[in-house]
Amino acid sequence: MKVKLTRLIMTLSMAMPMQQAHAEVTGAALAQQGAPGVPACLSCHGARGEGLAATGFPRLAGQSTAYLEKQLRAFAGGQRVSPQMQAIASALDDSQIRAVAAYYGKLPGWQAAPSANPAAAAPEPWTRGQKLAIRGNWDKEIPACFACHGPAGEGIAPHFPALSGQPAAYTRSQLKAWQSGTRSNDPHGLMKSVALRMSPAEIDAVSAYLANPLPLSPEER
Amino acid sequence: MNTRLRQWLANQKVTSRFHPSWILIAVGASLAIGLLMWLLSESVFRHERPSPAVSVLPASTQRLPASEQQLSPPANDSALPAAEIIRTVRLGRAIFTDTQTYAKAYVGNGLNCVNCHLDAGRKPDSAPLWAAYGLFPMFRDKNHKVNTYEDRLAGCFRFSMNGRAPAYGSKEFVALMSYSYWLASGAPLGTELAGRGYPKLPPPQQEPDLVRGKQIFDTQCAICHGADGQGTRVGTRYAFPPLWGPHSFNAGAGMTQIKNAAGFIKANMPLGQGNTLSDQQAWDVAKYMTSQPRPADPRLGRP
Ligand code: HEC
Ligand code: HEC
Ligand code: HEC
Ligand code: HEC
Repeated sequence: MKVKLTRLIMTLSMAMPMQQAHAEVTGAALAQQGAPGVPACLSCHGARGEGLAATGFPRLAGQSTAYLEKQLRAFAGGQRVSPQMQAIASALDDSQIRAVAAYYGKLPGWQAAPSANPAAAAPEPWTRGQKLAIRGNWDKEIPACFACHGPAGEGIAPHFPALSGQPAAYTRSQLKAWQSGTRSNDPHGLMKSVALRMSPAEIDAVSAYLANPLPLSPEER
Repeated sequence: MNTRLRQWLANQKVTSRFHPSWILIAVGASLAIGLLMWLLSESVFRHERPSPAVSVLPASTQRLPASEQQLSPPANDSALPAAEIIRTVRLGRAIFTDTQTYAKAYVGNGLNCVNCHLDAGRKPDSAPLWAAYGLFPMFRDKNHKVNTYEDRLAGCFRFSMNGRAPAYGSKEFVALMSYSYWLASGAPLGTELAGRGYPKLPPPQQEPDLVRGKQIFDTQCAICHGADGQGTRVGTRYAFPPLWGPHSFNAGAGMTQIKNAAGFIKANMPLGQGNTLSDQQAWDVAKYMTSQPRPADPRLGRP
């Protein structure tokens, strides 16, 4: 009896790390090579999960694991509509979803370039977007984006995703998806309430800012 | 912000005391002031220019047309005070939105003033500063005295922030008063403006109930304020402030009165979804929140 118990404990304690190691391998393998019926994620999301600005494929690196899992399940379940991702997410089984989400969740998140001057390219929308992200527009009951998405847009796991460093085209497409109803998987409609109040110009401005955000000091807020 | 501050500064000049001989150089000085203002707007206000947010005041408090006053102080003297008052207004806003940094020594919990006075003290129905400033001095039941505006600020430091008040006339108080005064420019004195304080809800139809309140809290509030109401941190700061527990407001705070809490919650919570709860739901969840443990009222027991 005693022997059996020790054996059981030993097998369990050995199996756990092995399973974890296995998960990391499949996560990385899925990301880089894909699997039968599943294209490699990197072909669209970038070698380090950094996303692709030109096409608006989102950054995955540094997004919380729980959030990524939730989104993959939403694509598969149809609560979030995307021609590219629906087929891919539906082809992933549960353990693959967990593995690949864990893989991207552990990669480093977005960092501002040290000497960046992002306002230079398009000062007007970028500055307007900065105000919206940091102060909101309470005339229209729009809270600051960063009130929910973290003080630097870095996300507040698990419910509030990072926005900083996302391609502008991606942020824009998501805000429009809430407006048109093709995305409706947010808890309590919290994001939908915000998106519905935004004008096209506000969407453009905040998307431009979030691709390359810089903070404001409290005295400038 | 630029235009409003400029108008406000213009108004300040009316109340300054001038030497009669200044009239003689008024025209020349006006030109110099104009130049200075333009320079200021180019430097000090650079970040503010396109901001609609700072001038967000309800129509009722929008500035009246600037008066026809002709006097302008000499350019040399006016430059510094002008820059200084702008710095002070900005410091006031920084203290209000980031009390944890800018008035650290006076804060005994994890909150910032803005947590209960949304949009940097501008949002109607969230006890906005522009509606408060012109109502003081005021008699308050809380301490059975005529209270100045500084007394009112002190109250929120002591109870809502579970801390202690800065000294009267301190740079923190001067900055907070300057910021409030600036937000209130154009507002009438001694008049209760629409949007002042938190809305007064009609009495609840059913006795506010802890069980229903907890249900609302769990489903609508916990995602941000935490399952245990202790808030959610990012690093060492609260991104979503605690509603009770050791880092929240103390038992002497206005927010512990169920009518204040219900009014605030109804108009402002869940964040971005103000006025979506029914009055009854607001009373119920307020009851639940105000029944939770928090730091003691400093007026009771040991000081
Ligand atoms: C053909 C290109 C393509 C490939 C390959 C691809 N994706 Fe995507 N992915 C997209 C696009 C486009 C979106 C944005 C969808 C939308 O508009 O809602 C997206 C969105 C996502 C999201 C949601 C991100 C967020 O922040 O909400 C996740 C998670 C994701 N992909 C994971 C994966 C994983 C894991 C793989 C590999 C198994 C993968 N993707 C492969 C194109 C691709
Ligand atoms: C009241 C809280 C709240 C506020 C304020 C808010 N958001 Fe969100 N947002 C959310 C939540 C919750 C989600 C997650 C949705 C989900 O779970 O699918 C989200 C998701 C998003 C996403 C999708 C990200 C992704 O990769 O899947 C974008 C883009 C976004 N928000 C942009 C914004 C912008 C821009 C603003 C400011 C104008 C803003 N949000 C303000 C709550 C908020
Ligand atoms: C926990 C919430 C909370 C915090 C934090 C808070 N206050 Fe208050 N404040 C209140 C409540 C409640 C009232 C009373 C509102 C009413 O009577 O309708 C109030 C009233 C005020 C008033 C008077 C409003 C009026 O119309 O009479 C001022 C001014 C004020 N607070 C300033 C501050 C300052 C400055 C800080 C930061 C040092 C601060 N408050 C922090 C809850 C808070
Ligand atoms: C989407 C996130 C979110 C949800 C959901 C939410 N709150 Fe808040 N709440 C906040 C934020 C952020 C603040 C601070 C506002 C600020 O600083 O601008 C706040 C402030 C408060 C405050 C005043 C500050 C304090 O610490 O006491 C109370 C009271 C409050 N919320 C109660 C509630 C109640 C009750 C609910 C549910 C009905 C709720 N909130 C739902 C985000 C949220």
